[in-house]
Amino acid sequence: MKAIKMEEVQQHLDEFANEPVYIHLETTNGAYAKHFDSNAHNVGAYIRNAQIQYERGKIVESDGTYRVGLKTDGWVYAEGLTDYELNEDGQLLLAGHDQVGRLMVALQISRKPFQM
Amino acid sequence: MVDYSKHEQVVVIYPHPDDESFGTSGTIINFREAEVPVTYLCGTLGEMGRNMGSPFFANRETLPKIRKQELIDACQVLDMDLVMLGYRDKTLEFEAKDEVADHLKKHIEKLGATLVITFYPPYAVHPDHDAMGAAAFEAVRKMDADKRPEVWATAISNNRDEMLGKPDIVVDTEPVFDRKLEAIKSHRSQAEGMLSKMRESSDFIGEYDSALQRLQYEAFYKVDVDQVNS
Repeated sequence: MKAIKMEEVQQHLDEFANEPVYIHLETTNGAYAKHFDSNAHNVGAYIRNAQIQYERGKIVESDGTYRVGLKTDGWVYAEGLTDYELNEDGQLLLAGHDQVGRLMVALQISRKPFQM
Repeated sequence: MVDYSKHEQVVVIYPHPDDESFGTSGTIINFREAEVPVTYLCGTLGEMGRNMGSPFFANRETLPKIRKQELIDACQVLDMDLVMLGYRDKTLEFEAKDEVADHLKKHIEKLGATLVITFYPPYAVHPDHDAMGAAAFEAVRKMDADKRPEVWATAISNNRDEMLGKPDIVVDTEPVFDRKLEAIKSHRSQAEGMLSKMRESSDFIGEYDSALQRLQYEAFYKVDVDQVNS
């Protein structure tokens, strides 16, 4: 993956609009957050291969990281994104990593289901 | 002292590629040196791992392939057979425990296990660890009492001593630690984070020695599955 270039990501978001797509959306602070800090608790949310269709996808910059929102009959969004890649399967992978390369949030869009 | 050669077949049951190397590889090496076959039933491919490297070596979609190869490499270092069970990282606790237990029981019986090593629920911190351990206990519970393997369980929660007392078996891995470290390092995507944190720590005394300090002893509780609730 490489650092997000807003114009390129916006173009890809436009390409997936108005057709059925599969999404992968996750965020986590890891399974050991509480183990290492008793004041913390583990949080996370995860959805893989939910099918949606969005009429508009938009990327917004905010203090060096990015938010992406997808307008469906409802909404899908992710915050804290830093890197992206359009992989060889034509899937748009967006992720937010911390300083040491740990994934903290991911939003991915694909025309075919993600591999299980 | 453990008499490794009295066992005929060891089956290690953990959910993630690397659980076996960090927690139990010294013990596995000892069994293999006593010519006891060891098989790893590995629950998932650690698909939800968070370390993507800096610079990146993986993304969410490529990580499973990378971790699968690391697992194969580690099992080669440990001279251990490998069965990948095909569950999905972080979802094991949502599977039907009974079905997972039946799945494990089939493997345990087919292999003729005389010893099962797994996690001790609910003292294993990660939900997959606890779920895999609970299913393994249940698998043994489903077997006829006279055919059951011995069960050793790994507890890693901060309150383990308080809840369970001292472990029944403590293996000093120093004599085989070079191979234990090699197995751990086969899981490059997982080990790199720990190793770099270790290098930066104020008490760093070299990779081998610092790793030895942290990972020298492997501890297990002997479990009678009829006497535990999980």
